[in-house]
Amino acid sequence: MKLAKTIIASAIPLALMLGGHAQAADEIKIGVVTFLSGPAASPFGVPARNAAELLIEQFNKGQAPAPYNNKGFGGANIKMVLIDESGSSTSVVTEYRNLIQRENVDMVVGYISSGNCLAVGPVAEELKAVTVLFDCGTPRVFEEGNKDYVFRAVNHATADSVGAALYLKSMGVTSANYAGINQNYAWGQDSWNDFDGSMKQIFPAAEVTTSQMPKLFAGQYSAEISSVMSSKADVIHTSLWGGDLEALILQSAPRGMYKRSKVVLTTGETAMYRLAKKIPDGTIIGARGPFGVLAPKTPLNDWFRASFIDRYNVAPNYTAYQMVHALMAAKLGWEKASAAAGGKPTQEQLAGAIRGMTYEGPGGVAKFSLANGHQAVMETAYGMTKRVDGEMTLVDIKRFPAEQVMPKDGVKSSEWIANGFK
Amino acid sequence: MSQFLVILIDGMNYSAWLFLSAVGLTLIYGVMKILNVAHGSFYSLGAYVAASVMGYWFANDYPPYWSFVALAISAFVAGFIVGPLLERFMLRPQYDKDEVVILLITYGLFLILEDVIKMIWGVDPYFVSEPYELLDMFEVGDMIYPRYYLLMVGLAVTVGLGLLFLLKKTKFGRLLVAVIHDREISAAMGVNVGLVFAITFGLGCSLAALAGGFTAPTISVSPGLGVEVIVLSFAVVVTGGLGSLPGVALASIFMGLLRSVCVHFAPQFELFVIFTVMAMVLTFRPRGLFSLAEARKI
Repeated sequence: MKLAKTIIASAIPLALMLGGHAQAADEIKIGVVTFLSGPAASPFGVPARNAAELLIEQFNKGQAPAPYNNKGFGGANIKMVLIDESGSSTSVVTEYRNLIQRENVDMVVGYISSGNCLAVGPVAEELKAVTVLFDCGTPRVFEEGNKDYVFRAVNHATADSVGAALYLKSMGVTSANYAGINQNYAWGQDSWNDFDGSMKQIFPAAEVTTSQMPKLFAGQYSAEISSVMSSKADVIHTSLWGGDLEALILQSAPRGMYKRSKVVLTTGETAMYRLAKKIPDGTIIGARGPFGVLAPKTPLNDWFRASFIDRYNVAPNYTAYQMVHALMAAKLGWEKASAAAGGKPTQEQLAGAIRGMTYEGPGGVAKFSLANGHQAVMETAYGMTKRVDGEMTLVDIKRFPAEQVMPKDGVKSSEWIANGFK
Repeated sequence: MSQFLVILIDGMNYSAWLFLSAVGLTLIYGVMKILNVAHGSFYSLGAYVAASVMGYWFANDYPPYWSFVALAISAFVAGFIVGPLLERFMLRPQYDKDEVVILLITYGLFLILEDVIKMIWGVDPYFVSEPYELLDMFEVGDMIYPRYYLLMVGLAVTVGLGLLFLLKKTKFGRLLVAVIHDREISAAMGVNVGLVFAITFGLGCSLAALAGGFTAPTISVSPGLGVEVIVLSFAVVVTGGLGSLPGVALASIFMGLLRSVCVHFAPQFELFVIFTVMAMVLTFRPRGLFSLAEARKI
């Protein structure tokens, strides 16, 4: 009897150890990188993290709707390794290397800053690590050379700028002199260049009245507001985001900038509820795609939106949607690759599975069709603010299909726009 | 004419903001020879405290015009509580160390305070634009401006004149000047240098907090506010001459006006105009516009 007890007592920890090993082999580690501190945390980073936590929890419980209703990634539990994107590009690259080489993650989903995407891309190729970019806008990620392991699950910034110009045309604007206030770094410059190019194509008679490029996180825009207002522009374009956008709205709205010009806020969706009382009716709002309040009415969107609001008591903004799109693409790719491999796929098999894939997220259907199947395209949408019974709403929502707002495969955005979208 | 006035108003508004942001930094350096990198955190602290107080003030329908007084007092007091505490317990024990060590400590304090602010107020932004809109607008030609800009200019002038009065006409000011010239002789003559240091550090931090407090109604009060401020303040203070009050005033006015001209006529140069001014001034006057003569010590 004593011997039996000893055997049982020894067997239990042994079984637990073996079980533990079996479980560890069935665990998928995903590095999730987003801003958790600094000015980009509140408008972008934290909503994206919240979306990742919610979705991974739902994946692990097998409670997401079809085709995402398999538990975890193909039955394997997902463990999220969360990393703060704040810091210099050098430190972001170091953290990326740590994720791959020390944490041994199976894939990385992340990056909001265009600069960070440009910095991480070559390292992902060097380490042969599948990396799905979820928010950064610069088209240069794939224009500076094809990638084998880097993917972007949503449109790049060209769609935002072309979509804004198309929206103006769809609303009956016939000719518009235009001005811009954009931040002086990759995102702001790319956004303005694409918008400027698109306006020249769509409204050949229109001219730039002034292009203001304040420093990132400048915060003080009095002179810029005066300059665009005195330039008598019909349209004012801005891709300012986060606190910069909110400061611009707070400083410009009382000065009547929105009464004199049609103002386009390409990332305005993140501010439209926080500053609902400040943003005048008739302001054109974008969400970097068909996300947030511009997302289409689908069962998947209804599920995600309700789940997010239920958990966080706030509606998901566009970065939350983008994160969900990236994770859903990653899940489908992983399951496709592991089914083909008959087990845990290699990085090459995983990249091969995502390449060219079509998937549906809460923002609609996206297809990895550009940059040799690494850059996804999808429709984009814009709307106009209108307060109804004191509540901020968007009216006159227009949708533009992917082929109207994203360049053709193999053609750089700037060339595609300059050639009349051909 | 109206174009000239528009540039002037934009320039003076920015100059006022630069002066308010930077004057505390130069005061602390002038007296204590400490380049306080945590200055930006006190700017943030002032903005957050002002945002909280203004939120409470307007939620309770207190008299709206008194909100400016509440804003000034709350921001100033916050700086004057936290500043001397840090000086007493973090900086004073290290005064026998090299200036670089003190600078690194203030950098550490900057990082800590940024996280403390996040811990207290979270990462979501605060909006308190009521004071900005309260004073209504005025027109220059066809341009509309908030009267709040005039308040900022008035505040900057008041702070500048107040500091001049403090330094030139009060007993504390004379003690301060004595400590600036030679802290050892001052101590030997019976001046309580420790107390002068604590008050000066508190005053410098309070001025940063005041700048943050009065900027809060025009911005989204969110984490990371202080980073940009410390960089610009440093540029202004170095250009004016470290420790010089007239220097920081002149540098603020010059940089603010030049930036405004750039924004209106050559926006592509706006990004580096302030730092170009700094580089050019330092090329010809390495110690800044109003560098203080320093007696050689034996």
